[in-house]
Amino acid sequence: MDQEKIITVKNLSKKFGDFIAVNDISFDVYKGEIFGFLGANGAGKTTAMKMLIGISKPTSGEALVANFDVKSQAEMVKKSIGYMSQRFSMYDDLTIKENITFFGGIYGLSRNQIKEKTTKLVTELGLEDALNKLVGDLPLGWKQKLSFSVALLHEPKIVFLDEPTGGVDPITRRQFWEMIYAEAHKGTTIFVTTHYMDEAEYCDRVSIMVEGKIEALDSPKNLKQQYNVASMNEVFLKLARNIE
Amino acid sequence: MLPILFVLPFVQLLILSNAASFEVKNIRFSYIDQDHSKVSRELISKFQSSDYFNIIENFSSKKEANLQMQKGKVDVILEIPNHFEHNLLTDKKTNLSVSINAIDGAAAGIENVYINQIIRNYNQKIRSQLYQYNDASFVQPQSIISIPSFWYNNTLNYKTLMVPGILVLLVTMLSLFLSAMNIVREKEIGTLEQINVTPIKKYQFIIGKLFPFWVLGLLILTVGLTIAKLVFSIPMLGSVGLIYFFTSVYLLAILGIGLLVSNYTETQQQAMFIAWFFTVIFILMSGLFTPIESMPNWAQQITLFNPIRYFVEIIRMVMLKGATFSDIAKPFSIIAFYAFVINCLAVWSYKKTN
Repeated sequence: MDQEKIITVKNLSKKFGDFIAVNDISFDVYKGEIFGFLGANGAGKTTAMKMLIGISKPTSGEALVANFDVKSQAEMVKKSIGYMSQRFSMYDDLTIKENITFFGGIYGLSRNQIKEKTTKLVTELGLEDALNKLVGDLPLGWKQKLSFSVALLHEPKIVFLDEPTGGVDPITRRQFWEMIYAEAHKGTTIFVTTHYMDEAEYCDRVSIMVEGKIEALDSPKNLKQQYNVASMNEVFLKLARNIE
Repeated sequence: MLPILFVLPFVQLLILSNAASFEVKNIRFSYIDQDHSKVSRELISKFQSSDYFNIIENFSSKKEANLQMQKGKVDVILEIPNHFEHNLLTDKKTNLSVSINAIDGAAAGIENVYINQIIRNYNQKIRSQLYQYNDASFVQPQSIISIPSFWYNNTLNYKTLMVPGILVLLVTMLSLFLSAMNIVREKEIGTLEQINVTPIKKYQFIIGKLFPFWVLGLLILTVGLTIAKLVFSIPMLGSVGLIYFFTSVYLLAILGIGLLVSNYTETQQQAMFIAWFFTVIFILMSGLFTPIESMPNWAQQITLFNPIRYFVEIIRMVMLKGATFSDIAKPFSIIAFYAFVINCLAVWSYKKTN
């Protein structure tokens, strides 16, 4: 493939004492793709992701994110990425406007840029009337969409989404994925972890982690062919069972 | 929340400054008068006329009096023996027995002094009377009266001592607790992780977190000094500016401790527990309630690490003695060094990457 690599992971491992959370994983992610990072609970996805976003130091191995080394240039990595965690992580006791201003300020946007972005963002989300409402008063689905938009505020090259649709109703999930598609279409790389196998079908390529290792990595279509099954759900179950 | 932050210290200052007094008053005094003489009645009336003693009862027997002491109904029992007046007049010498409830040893000591003073005064008076009556060649009895002069607080007003100290506690506790809770709270709700993923610099985040509490601490100090002046008429001999200058540095040390606590804890409960642990030690070893000079040597050494100790010392020196910067230069530089070290530790232990 002649596509530009935006994440390169080589032999990355993370150990907590004797426990190996991430065991020698290697993969590449290409610019503009939606990369699904799947795995059961405790398979090591969140740990792996935390190393890629620069808040957890790898025990060994290396990773380049947007051409910056996560070990030595973690702060540069942080400038180039957006992150939305499984726990909603905006300030509940600030209004929508204040949250946008705050996070925009952290990423070094100017006052004018923040103003423009705020207007654009609330128009797209249809939140014009709620601009001065506390974020804590919004329904979860709205919070997640807002959170995603705020993660994109500084136009990062890559967005990391850690189980972004957990606990959200199917309609909102659908809308959320439409937002992801729209963003990927603009050339932003999306790195997403999820439990929902139907969401895995939306990804360009998926990797499946089992017990700290990447057991499979390909497009959903190829994976289904390879394992000779009809859905990603079955691919996942087969892989997980093989281990047991 | 903000009104509470200002109202609570206000209430605390008003209540504690009036309540936290070491003056021993309202001593429950009882007596057993077995003599029933003019002299014994006169002696008892001396106690009656004192503001410090409330006469509870005249017991008829020692046994009954002891029972009431055991029940905690009386603090002091004065026993005037039979033939008290007679012995005094004939032998010029007699004995009195005083029993004091010493569960609170400090209070008992003070009560003892009061009682002895009254008895001694009365003794002096009766002696001069006796000389007058009996001795033909009367000589005015010589007695030395010492007139103590109390410097810096010449009316021995307890509030003058306590109000500045309690003000120190309020400023300290509020800023310590709020700063310790704050970052831990962000850990709990998950916003700290989001912050750690942003390119924000460590010092930016820490200054952003601590600056509001620094301002708040100075505001509380302002409220407290105003109350001290208006409500308690505490003198302010030194410069107010000096107190603000010291407090602004002192708050850095306290906020640094708060930050350090929140770096090493995962939940608000843990942070609260540790903050309390330090606060209690800091307060009890600050010289606010008990003089540091009377602590054992090892305990005195520990107080050297107690920031409250220096603040209590300095605020009293400046407000009551009019100390200038050169007088407080030593404790000031200790606090400045303290603030520096603590904040270095706090910044070092705050990690964006684990």
